[in-house]
Amino acid sequence: MNYNWNWAILIEVPYFDWLVSGLGWTLLVSALGWIIAFSLGSLIGVIRTLPSKPLRLFGMAYVELFRNVPLLVQMFIWFYVLPELVGEDLGRWMKRDMPFPEATSAILCLGTYTASRVAEQVRAGIESIPRGQSMAGYAMGLTTKQVYRYLLIPVGYRIIVPPMTSEFLTIFKNSSLALTIGVAEVLYQARQIENYTFQGFEAFTAATLIYLVITMIVVFITDRVEAKARIPGYGVQGKT
Amino acid sequence: MIDIQNVNKWFDDFHVLKNISMSVAKGEVIVVCGPSGSGKSTLIKCVNGLEPFQKGTITVNDVSVGAKDTNLPELRSHIGMVFQNFELFPHMTAMQNICLSQLKVLGRSQSEAQDRTNTLLDRVGLEGLGFKYSSELSGGQQQRVAIARALAMDPFAMLFDEPTSALDPEMINEVLEVMQELARDDGMTMMVVTHEMGFARRVADRVIFMDEGEIVEDANTDDFFGTPRSDRAQLFLSKILQH
Repeated sequence: MNYNWNWAILIEVPYFDWLVSGLGWTLLVSALGWIIAFSLGSLIGVIRTLPSKPLRLFGMAYVELFRNVPLLVQMFIWFYVLPELVGEDLGRWMKRDMPFPEATSAILCLGTYTASRVAEQVRAGIESIPRGQSMAGYAMGLTTKQVYRYLLIPVGYRIIVPPMTSEFLTIFKNSSLALTIGVAEVLYQARQIENYTFQGFEAFTAATLIYLVITMIVVFITDRVEAKARIPGYGVQGKT
Repeated sequence: MIDIQNVNKWFDDFHVLKNISMSVAKGEVIVVCGPSGSGKSTLIKCVNGLEPFQKGTITVNDVSVGAKDTNLPELRSHIGMVFQNFELFPHMTAMQNICLSQLKVLGRSQSEAQDRTNTLLDRVGLEGLGFKYSSELSGGQQQRVAIARALAMDPFAMLFDEPTSALDPEMINEVLEVMQELARDDGMTMMVVTHEMGFARRVADRVIFMDEGEIVEDANTDDFFGTPRSDRAQLFLSKILQH
């Protein structure tokens, strides 16, 4: 194989700046997507455990819809299809005047998709708490809202810290799909460097390392969160 | 105080409670016993509305439990309940467990709630253990915390759902002693589902024997242990009193 290795390309102007800007977009899209995913997912997850049947059905419909359509397809729907469906005025605004239409679509897409997965974790966490716990809460005069606020949510979320960590990691990796609708994130920039310099190996190695470093930092942080949230003698060892 | 009239309950097709009528007067201690599956735990959970029932009425202090417009949280806040599996909240210390409903339901101040909690911990023999999490306490200690937690609400009646069934034998007495003091010294109105016949004999005013969803016997304690009238109750007693 005749290939001229040139690692220096990665720190040359403007390619270094491209990677830095790509990293910025990756972090931004993932972080904002996660905020949507966490809040919307928590809401849907809690709704799926409530006594009200219509609400539970709504929650289930949401999860099945967003979880079962491939993320790439959803990305295209948000960016290409949705503006055509929402009426002429809003559609034109989405295509022309909405700030950063690509990134905004990607954030909404990642957020709503990941929300369906977060919702499943939240539901599983709450449902894994023995029924006697909420009974004890109701028996002392707490309302449904208080039972969730003081008992089910604090315990349920502690149980699901490990799987939530994995969802949080996944959103960074999934954000790479945003390149298909033109968000200039890390992978997009790596491809662009290859197009300009033909140094594809270096560019994609750099992208790989950037993802690796991000995820390792995330794991480091979430390990700390996990240790802090742990209930003494509860969870891993089984309940007594 | 507690009045149960013709209560019927079904789980789908299964008729768990059949025409149950009984009452508990103020200051009375009633023991409900019977083989497992006889519906006694379900019955006691109907009293504070944790389990819904389809027919009949239950009133506690003249408030109808099954009525649609009843404020159940308000009613429940006056009825203490102790469960078979203790049900302490694992993410809270004993102190926080006992304070929670005082703060959130009764609206007591933090210092008021803590003072009351310390008094109650002393009373159930756990002085100074308020900082422990439930996983750091023995079963008997957990159940005593649970009793203190129910008493913190100053209830006018207490419901005990097999409070010693999940305990190791050597811890049963420490819990029964607390319950006995509660009955004797405070004159607390109590409805107790239990297999502890020694406790029933010492403390109960009346014993109710249930089998297959029906009340088979409702007798004064002396009569119950002297001459139970039904064959089923005699069979049950002979099985349980052998050891």
